[in-house]
Amino acid sequence: MSATGFLSQLLQLAIALLLAPILVGWVNQCRAWLSNRSAPPLLQPYRMIRKLFNKDAVVAENASWLFRMTPYIVFAAMALAAAIVPSLATDLPFAQAADAIALVGLFALARVFAALAAMDIGTAFGSMGARREMFVGFLAEPALLMVLFTASLISGSTSLPTIVDTLAHREFAIYPSLAFAGVAFTMVSLAENARIPIDNPATHLELTMIHEAMLLEYSARHLALLEWASALKLFNYSCIGLALFVPFGIAEGSADWLAILGATPLLIVKLAGGGFALALIETLSAKLRIFRAPEFLGTAFLLAVLGMLVNLMLGS
Amino acid sequence: MPMNIPLWAQLINLLAAVLLLLAFAMLAQRRVLTLINLFAAQGFALACSTAIVAFATHQPHLYWSVGLTLVLKVLVLPWLLHRLIVRLDVKWDVEGLINIPTTMLLGIVLVVFAFNLALPISQLANTVTRATLGIAMASVMLAFLMMITRRKAIPQVIGFLAMENGLFFAATSATYGMPMVVELGIGLDVLVAMLILGVFFFQIREQFDSLDLQHLEKLKE
Repeated sequence: MSATGFLSQLLQLAIALLLAPILVGWVNQCRAWLSNRSAPPLLQPYRMIRKLFNKDAVVAENASWLFRMTPYIVFAAMALAAAIVPSLATDLPFAQAADAIALVGLFALARVFAALAAMDIGTAFGSMGARREMFVGFLAEPALLMVLFTASLISGSTSLPTIVDTLAHREFAIYPSLAFAGVAFTMVSLAENARIPIDNPATHLELTMIHEAMLLEYSARHLALLEWASALKLFNYSCIGLALFVPFGIAEGSADWLAILGATPLLIVKLAGGGFALALIETLSAKLRIFRAPEFLGTAFLLAVLGMLVNLMLGS
Repeated sequence: MPMNIPLWAQLINLLAAVLLLLAFAMLAQRRVLTLINLFAAQGFALACSTAIVAFATHQPHLYWSVGLTLVLKVLVLPWLLHRLIVRLDVKWDVEGLINIPTTMLLGIVLVVFAFNLALPISQLANTVTRATLGIAMASVMLAFLMMITRRKAIPQVIGFLAMENGLFFAATSATYGMPMVVELGIGLDVLVAMLILGVFFFQIREQFDSLDLQHLEKLKE
């Protein structure tokens, strides 16, 4: 572990924490533009978080420690994931500790705690949201693993920095299997981040919401942390997507400071492009009925499997 | 491994993957309109790969085949199909005999089967892009599956056309093209088949008031 690695780890974490709410603001802005509404300011999520931190928390009488701890656990899991996913540099001390499979496990940990906390209070909406979240989660997880395995087959390692090093810094080659993995990954990340074909992040209508239903009982700093965590989740998924499919520009293992600083504006540009694409997909598609979700995510899983098959067939 | 094959062969591998991806998307699609657009996109991918083969192997006669594919499969046939569904008023309904997730699972099994089948065959070939033979066979079989599992006439015809796309891809990319006469023949065959089937659609609907081909299985009223 080098000093540069340690510093780039810190820088990457700070940038993830700072940029995540702005990414959500940017996606909301694009969505507003695309549907001809006047857009909220870019920093609106920050104002929201600040407002919530300044309020007094109201906790239900029969809430257990689980309910109070969950926001911190979920936030910590997402922040740790942000430290593992190589978004700026590949020389990350944290990334040595956890590979792609552990990363999926980290997301699962956050999901399980959020679902348990939603059921802890015992309201109908909380348990409904939790049930649906687990339902979507158990379908999305294998598809995400398959996407990561396709990339692992190419680079011969499940460690994300190695995958990025293989894809970005060796001789340029086209990997057809990544086309399948890319489509599958887009579908999975739409579902995992509670985006439109599966869930609508803007709705608070009882019968359709999934993610929001789980947060209904939270207020003040707890809610702020959970909102920030879901922004971080979107940021993490975007960074995984960028690392797998457009890894160019991420600073290489033994890179100097200049490369890491140069990677930052490139990351912002790529995230802006990704955010716009997300808003475009959300504007163009309609929300699916909840019982169509297995079909949607099943397609994602099969496409990811197909990617692996094509990889074996073409040897690339 | 991808390192030691030239860039144009890598591009063809990529286009093969796109072709298979589109075949799968067609298998999963419920709407006729989107089905037609996907078919046009598949034709475009096919034209691109043929153009790359023509350029890389210096076979100018393949450019004719590119033009034929572009005009027929990207413009004329989708346009004919669009006009047909507007006049028959069947924009939305695609009904399968088995539900879509099961069809997709069958599709995966077929892909594995096709890959296994093509592996020994493609080892006999000496072209750089021989590995795409399996993908071409898989997309032929997926189109076949679509023809079998769909109940209505128009998706079955699109399945037929998509099958021809897969065959054509096998011919051009895996083996660098067929004689010009054969290509012309196949291209015109498809066009004529489409025109005749178009007439059939109207006759079937006149007779049974629907495009459900199950009505054809009964001999008498």
